Amino acid sequence: MVEQNLRYRTDEPVGDPAVTVDAFADQSNATAVRIEPGDDARALLPHLDRIALVEVNFPAYTDGRGYSAARILREHGYAGELRAVGDVLLDQLSHMRRCGFDSFAPNQPISAEAAEKAFATWPEVYQKTVDGRPAIWARRHG
Amino acid sequence: MYQYDQYDQAMVDARVAEFRDQVERRLAGDITEDQFKPLRLKNGLYLQLHAYMLRVAIPYGTLSSRQMRMLGDIADKYDRGYGHFTTRQNIQYNWIKLQDAPDILADLASVEMHAIQTSGNCIRNTTSDQFAGAAADELVDPRPYAELLRQWSTFHPEFDYLPRKFKIAIIGSETDRAAMKLHDIGIQLVKNDAGEIGCRFYVGGGMGRTPMIAPVIGDFISPLQMVSYAEACLRVYNRYGRRDNKYKARIKILVHEIGADEYRRQVEEEFAHILTLGLEPPAAELERIKGFFEQPGFDSAASDDLDLSDPDFALWVDQNVHAHKQPGYAIATIALKPVGGIPGDASADQIRLMADLARDYSFDELRVTHAQNIVLPHVRKVDLYTVWQKLDEAGLANANLDLISDIIACPGLDYCSLANARSIPVAQKISERFADLGRQKELGELKLKISGCINACGHHHAGHIGILGVDRKGVENYQLLLGGSEGADTSLGTITGPGFNEDGIVDAIEKATDVYLAQRSEGERFLDTYRRIGMAPFKEAIYAKEPANG
Repeated sequence: MVEQNLRYRTDEPVGDPAVTVDAFADQSNATAVRIEPGDDARALLPHLDRIALVEVNFPAYTDGRGYSAARILREHGYAGELRAVGDVLLDQLSHMRRCGFDSFAPNQPISAEAAEKAFATWPEVYQKTVDGRPAIWARRHG
Repeated sequence: MYQYDQYDQAMVDARVAEFRDQVERRLAGDITEDQFKPLRLKNGLYLQLHAYMLRVAIPYGTLSSRQMRMLGDIADKYDRGYGHFTTRQNIQYNWIKLQDAPDILADLASVEMHAIQTSGNCIRNTTSDQFAGAAADELVDPRPYAELLRQWSTFHPEFDYLPRKFKIAIIGSETDRAAMKLHDIGIQLVKNDAGEIGCRFYVGGGMGRTPMIAPVIGDFISPLQMVSYAEACLRVYNRYGRRDNKYKARIKILVHEIGADEYRRQVEEEFAHILTLGLEPPAAELERIKGFFEQPGFDSAASDDLDLSDPDFALWVDQNVHAHKQPGYAIATIALKPVGGIPGDASADQIRLMADLARDYSFDELRVTHAQNIVLPHVRKVDLYTVWQKLDEAGLANANLDLISDIIACPGLDYCSLANARSIPVAQKISERFADLGRQKELGELKLKISGCINACGHHHAGHIGILGVDRKGVENYQLLLGGSEGADTSLGTITGPGFNEDGIVDAIEKATDVYLAQRSEGERFLDTYRRIGMAPFKEAIYAKEPANG
């Protein structure tokens, strides 16, 4: 399994290797799947109850499709591990967390301390997303 | 004007702290230039030909006098004593040192300003009608909606790494003063027969190397679902916009390739899903924001008379002053287009003077226009003469708004690392050739726009006369376009033929205006005549005697 760098869950990590979205559809026993930028995350929606780990690959940090993939999964109730892998950099962590990622396997290691600082970048947030933080408009209007 | 509460202030303060940390890590060598580049770009910091350039956001082009004064002070303190107002209603400083950038952001934050998302592949500063809240023809004041969009788009976590940059404009008048249909999203606030307000979403417009006029995607979206609809538009784009070629990555290409109907279908599907998530700010938030845009305390007894006995003042009023919704008041535009000057440039002293005029005569408000001018939106007619005299003393009373010398020009090869040709010297030569105001007024409304490369920052596609600078075998060459427009009658210009050198393009423009003067019918503008008689007579005159030297 992937050496975990940063993980913010209390359950046991999944040991199974992640399979591609294509392969996943044919493997009724697979519990871990890996999304590439061009994959449609919605293809996984019928199977969310049997998935324990979704890896979202960022081949280049500039390719932001994985942020939408993560949110779509969370918006449809996916509660398993959502791991950002690949070209995952310190300055992207806070946005990734806001889009529902709860574990990170960056190509270049990031220390837990640096990550904590990155997550604390924004004292408030303007948008409601899937991370449970109240948007500023919600705080203004209680 | 909108004023920050503790939440808004905390956000810009956090940004300053974050960027200070990023600059320190870069200067210490902890991150590479490649890794730093997208971080500095999201703070509006570009590396140009000679120095860093900082682009400061002016949300929907609206400023208080205190903010304007700070822009002047920054020009003095960190730059070379001037700033450059842009076609995105922002201001740029061209001579910035990297190590100063965090301090500049801190100065900006002290007056509720920032440089957030003024660059990078994210949602940029939302633009609007520079006459918002003042125009006699206004249906709905777009500023509260623009502020709602500003907050929604600020640090949006899903849309920070889009295929390409993303520009939104919003207007609330029938007259489009914001080139709305040439934006990634253009929103026009409209009213239906029942008097209800709706947002008409135009999606997929843009200039650049493939100019397109945006089709209507959402015809009448409730203002209380505007953010959700925008979210749906962006999500479809983020997922399916092309990322294989940066020149095909704007949303206009996606909408064009899959078609407006298919794009609309996908947006509606996403919109239906998003509406179940409760992402939309409540009506109370829109009402709270609207409270900041109540009309100022106009003097209902203000005289509607205007003494035009000074002929120079009369010329300025005729050209630069527009009707206000409040009797006794007027909208005054300060044209930053002196003969031989650099379009959009203002010195620190001029910026501070404009701030003073706003404080004393315009309810503390200024606007920046996408044509690179400044507006005093609420001036009592009895004060106009005093305002004009003070502008005149500062070299700011140019009476050429919307005339041939009111040129939009990008920074071009004098500053920009993307440019193929210089824009500024061409603008200067044209304004010198047509320096005589009587001649300009004879030519009437004539929007001339210059870009120094195909990225079209100077909006050349939308100029009645457009100029595109290109590089031909190492020599600057200028192509001429005719017939573009950016208003309600948006159209894209057509290239006349072979290009010209710097002097040749000025001659060609003069010949084109001669054709107009000879052929126009009563009341026709240059654009109207072109549309009626077509390209042929212009082409014939422009290329008549000497062969094209391009």
